[in-house]
Amino acid sequence: MADEMRDMVLEYVIDEYVDEDDDEEVSFDTPLISSGIVDSFSMVSLKVFLEKKCHVSLPDKEATPEAFNTVNKICELVRRFQD
Amino acid sequence: MAYSEKARSLFAEDIQAIRDKGIYKEKRFICSPQDPEIEVEYPEGAPKMKVLNFCANNYLGLSNHPEIVKAAHEGLDERGFGMSSVRFICGTQDIHRELQDKVSDFLGMEDTLLFPSCMDANSGVFESILGPEDLILADRLIHASLIDGIKLCSAQYDTFKHMNMKHLRKKLELHQDKRHVLVVTDGVFSMDGDLAPLDEMCDLCDEFGAMILVDDSHASGFIGRTGRGTHEHFNCIDQVDLITTTFGKGLGGASGGCVSGKKELIELCRQNARPYLFSNSMAPPIVNASIKVMDLVTKDTELRDKLEWNAAYFRKGVEDAGLCVRPGNTPIVPVMLYNAKLANDMSRDMYAEGIYVIGFFFPVVPSGAARIRVQLSAAHTKEQIDKAVTAFKKVGEKYGILGLDKKGIIEKYGM
Repeated sequence: MADEMRDMVLEYVIDEYVDEDDDEEVSFDTPLISSGIVDSFSMVSLKVFLEKKCHVSLPDKEATPEAFNTVNKICELVRRFQD
Repeated sequence: MAYSEKARSLFAEDIQAIRDKGIYKEKRFICSPQDPEIEVEYPEGAPKMKVLNFCANNYLGLSNHPEIVKAAHEGLDERGFGMSSVRFICGTQDIHRELQDKVSDFLGMEDTLLFPSCMDANSGVFESILGPEDLILADRLIHASLIDGIKLCSAQYDTFKHMNMKHLRKKLELHQDKRHVLVVTDGVFSMDGDLAPLDEMCDLCDEFGAMILVDDSHASGFIGRTGRGTHEHFNCIDQVDLITTTFGKGLGGASGGCVSGKKELIELCRQNARPYLFSNSMAPPIVNASIKVMDLVTKDTELRDKLEWNAAYFRKGVEDAGLCVRPGNTPIVPVMLYNAKLANDMSRDMYAEGIYVIGFFFPVVPSGAARIRVQLSAAHTKEQIDKAVTAFKKVGEKYGILGLDKKGIIEKYGM
């Protein structure tokens, strides 16, 4: 189940934030925010995606750039609010 | 005393943290009018030095143009120094109306509303016309002032990949349930100098019933055959709903901005926009000078033609010299260096050569995309451009980057 979520989030991140002609490799621990792949302005679509697909509500104060910095961290955050 | 020693030391730590990150902005003093050649005191306290300015937004060379200065003097003499009022109380003179009408005619829009700056226009336009049932769909690299305005507005927002029409279409399909969708883009993106494909964007907006807003601050006055802007360049003037732009760049260089577009949307800005309602009017000397600017850019295309020639000449010069230049056809020419320290070091050496240019790096541009951004002006002479190219060649040679492409520079210096 956990792996499924990781795969789903990674797929979304690549599809939503990486250009087709970009050779950037993104994995579960790739920094997303601090590397500039995802910026704080466009993070909103990721939050909406997670809330919809994972049936959670992520408070704005928890959806920080730090918490969204890697796919693994994102999944940790989502699981915390699913529990 | 409320401002305690403890508070002082905490704030000092914040400033030190900015220095430690290497993003501290040094003070630079210009001791002359804004011209292609300026006198600069840098670092603070250093002897003044004459340098050629290649980093101003003085695209049409109007910042110290004699006719514009004369018009500002006349505005001062005939309408006074300031308005001491916001627009809707007692801060609107006949010349404010005249400038609005001239801007509407020039841009091909129905109506225009002046703001103290384009930053204010961008802060106020979204909240004035949209609500929670609406959606703003923005290019990811739009200007910071548009992002601030979008965040101040109660509408939902989403983003699409920079200039990626496939992704924009996908997002327009996704958000068909919203009442109004407003697509937002810069006309010319200030860091890369690339032009948003407005014709394709407008067609997509028409297909999905969305509106479009273009911030044309780095285009008004010189992009397009007669300088109307990006919408003229792409032949889609009638398809654009809203344009925000500034009088602080090509159109004079002092200050002031505006929203121009469909009359109902402008009327809503007039009724609701907080920067319009709660900030002073543009000062009469600037309004009068801006009227003269509109007359100059409407009369003929001499200045924008000269700028176009200058930009092409400089671009060819640095490309032939072997520097890595981002392709484009605007007066913004990014000399790509990829490495932040290299960009900083080279801009410092360029200054020593008498050329004032600035290195840009993350977070102003994406990580690994550091560059020196060069901005051309219609006021630059051919000799001044030759001098800048020669300096780039000399400094580029010092760092061993001439003839290297992206891969070569990154291999040598890292990202």
